[in-house]
Amino acid sequence: MSGKYHVTTTVNGDEYEYLCEPQQTLLDALRDALMLTGTKEGCATGDCGACTVMVDGTMICSCLMLAVEADGKKIETIEGMAQGEELHPLQRNFLELNGSQCGICTPGILIAARELLYRNPDPTETEVRYWLAGNLCRCTGYDKIIRSVLAAAKEMRGA
Amino acid sequence: MNSLRYEAPSSLGDAIALLAGASGTSRILAGGTDIIVQMETDLIEPDLLIDIKKIPELRRIAVENGAFTVGAAVTGMELTDHVAFCKAWPGVVDGVKLIGSMQIKGRATMGGNLCNASPAADSVPALIAAGAIARIAGPNGTRDVPVENIPIGPGKTSLDKGEIIVSFLLPSRPSHSGDAYLRMTPRTEMDIAVVGVGINITLDAGGVCTAARVSLGAVAPTPLLVAEAGAALIGSPLDAPALDKLAQAAGAACRPIDDKRGTKEYRVKVAAVLAKRTALLALERARQNT
Repeated sequence: MSGKYHVTTTVNGDEYEYLCEPQQTLLDALRDALMLTGTKEGCATGDCGACTVMVDGTMICSCLMLAVEADGKKIETIEGMAQGEELHPLQRNFLELNGSQCGICTPGILIAARELLYRNPDPTETEVRYWLAGNLCRCTGYDKIIRSVLAAAKEMRGA
Repeated sequence: MNSLRYEAPSSLGDAIALLAGASGTSRILAGGTDIIVQMETDLIEPDLLIDIKKIPELRRIAVENGAFTVGAAVTGMELTDHVAFCKAWPGVVDGVKLIGSMQIKGRATMGGNLCNASPAADSVPALIAAGAIARIAGPNGTRDVPVENIPIGPGKTSLDKGEIIVSFLLPSRPSHSGDAYLRMTPRTEMDIAVVGVGINITLDAGGVCTAARVSLGAVAPTPLLVAEAGAALIGSPLDAPALDKLAQAAGAACRPIDDKRGTKEYRVKVAAVLAKRTALLALERARQNT
């Protein structure tokens, strides 16, 4: 990626630098410059949530943020979710309960679900469904996704 | 592809100078949830993007003697997480909460929702009903304009070259005031309004309405402030005859189009029904607000 804007940013605690063109998105930079391909491109217009990441603690679609805007920001992606070999309870419950089918929507849903449980450790099924309204699953495996989130929430509460 | 330039000025003066001095197509970048999609789909090819998120006065929520000043580039998430604002202006928050997904609200702003000038913008009827004033800064100084005078057609605003919306001013409100925004969509989430209604009322100690503003979205080229609909409520306890008059006035004000979301007839009928429901929610909130 050649470009005229020099960006220094922190991703999952590590400092990165890249050069970008002004119209390139943060999603492009993550995948093509930093080779962090866990974050997926679905629609590229903010409708599907596959590219969901955290920027300075706020959940956003990385397809709707310019790469140049990431200068000085703290970004969290799916690559930072497991602690070494140990999966996050959400990841483990998605595996165990088949919350992931083709897997394209999964990284975005995991990031979004983690933020929900951070804000609300004991959500109702309706609250989970509304919170994840911006994350589309083309396999339409919604029921297992919701069950996986609720199971992870229960586990994380120690209930 | 033309060569795009990105600037992120840290002062309002620098942003205005950049915008006023630009040749070619320039766009203000706030949350980017409309602009970046328009760039991605080749609807626009700007020469200059001015990111306004580093300008402090555009990013601030302040309250003084009950009056709120909300920076135009405050995100939806910041606003809906602001406890005092949610308590003071629940109807404005209703509108903001309906702007896209949680991810979209992490970036989208009320300034952008207004300046994108969609007839169906969810926060705009709520802001109009609230009597919000947009503070605009430009090369010739600052001016305050009621929100209803900003959109002039789909995608078009009354802002002059070089002008930027800095903030929204929401007045302090008397006790027994309440506001609400409801919209009709075929789905419950992630959809665009077929009709949106914002209503803001104040009651006296006896429960009689002393002030009312009614705004309709998605039923005309711009969101409408419908004076006759507000007048239908004033002097009443929002009883059935007053609500019928409100519905009549709301339906009569519609100048909708037919599109895939609804026909003209459907929109007129829904506007009338939704106006009643919105008024009842505003009434409930006004009664609780002592």
